[in-house]
Amino acid sequence: MSFDIDQLSNLDLDILKEIGNIGAGNAATALSTMLNKTIDMNVPEVKVIDLKESSFFKDAETTVAGVYVEFYGDIKGTILFIIEEDTLGKMLSMLLPQPTELEIDKLSDVEVSALSEVVNILAGSYLMALNTFTGLRAYHTVPNLAVDMAAAILSVPIIEFSLYGDKAVFIESNLTDGTDNINNYFIFIPSVNSFPVLLQALLEVIK
Amino acid sequence: MKKIIRVGMADLKVAKNAEILTSLGLGSCVGIALYDKKSKVAGLVHIMLPYSAKIRDNKNPAKFADAGIKELVKQMTKAGANKYNITAKIAGGAQMFSFANSNNDLLTIGERNVAAVLKTLEELDIKLLGQDIGGNCGRSIDFCSDTGILNIRTIGSSNKQL
Repeated sequence: MSFDIDQLSNLDLDILKEIGNIGAGNAATALSTMLNKTIDMNVPEVKVIDLKESSFFKDAETTVAGVYVEFYGDIKGTILFIIEEDTLGKMLSMLLPQPTELEIDKLSDVEVSALSEVVNILAGSYLMALNTFTGLRAYHTVPNLAVDMAAAILSVPIIEFSLYGDKAVFIESNLTDGTDNINNYFIFIPSVNSFPVLLQALLEVIK
Repeated sequence: MKKIIRVGMADLKVAKNAEILTSLGLGSCVGIALYDKKSKVAGLVHIMLPYSAKIRDNKNPAKFADAGIKELVKQMTKAGANKYNITAKIAGGAQMFSFANSNNDLLTIGERNVAAVLKTLEELDIKLLGQDIGGNCGRSIDFCSDTGILNIRTIGSSNKQL
């Protein structure tokens, strides 16, 4: 039976959510260690969206910073970390010794570098946890940053889904320090051909 | 208040009676705004990929530059446009992230999308009146069916009008 990304079963969705739990849990721990502060990731959601309705944000034109990482190996895909200005300012103030007033469309080299390093660590620990759990190995590229409209940034990983169908599927988690202020999205997006590999690997572990 | 019609990714819509067509946050996608100024019928298609021929899932013409433009012309003609009067303005086709060593050719799809749009317009003998393409920034567009003016918004630079 061939795999159809537009026809995921409820079991498939549960398994994908479990992937999010495994990866995000480990990523949050890594960031906690780095910031020396309690960081959690909330329960991941598996988002299945119609291309036509890919208004994933309240406002598609919100200016956000997006950090893009590709992973490759036994599975392939993209990790996209999207963060809004206020949350980014808060996060960087914990990381940098002399934080200044942050303007999202005028990030300094130090701010870009700090944000990229956070995503580097998050991506690495997410993939590491998946590897420990399933045996699937994946390496990731150096992070690349863009500041732009939320919809334009999110459209980058969505393009690949358009080759196969009318839906995009991804696993979303948010970082939180316990307050309500969680305007960030850690999005794990396997490439379409990696979905069956991931699902199969997880099923075998559960058995 | 003029009616605003949202055109999503891989979507196309036709408008008249001063309605406004809009697409938000075009990255590598291209928005192709077609207009017949005599009948004031406007159309907007938001394409994601260049050509439909080699793609497994090609049921939806609005995904592709070639099929999308042809389908839009067809629907505009049905809505009262004369296809010999139709002109075009286009926006989009950016590269949002630049990687020195990625072998993911979808990151540079914007450029290929634009090339396919230009080629299709030429094949259909549709005159291109304006373009705001390429670069590395996202664009939001509004297309007014009353005037045929295409407004383009980007972050960090002033609005443009075609």
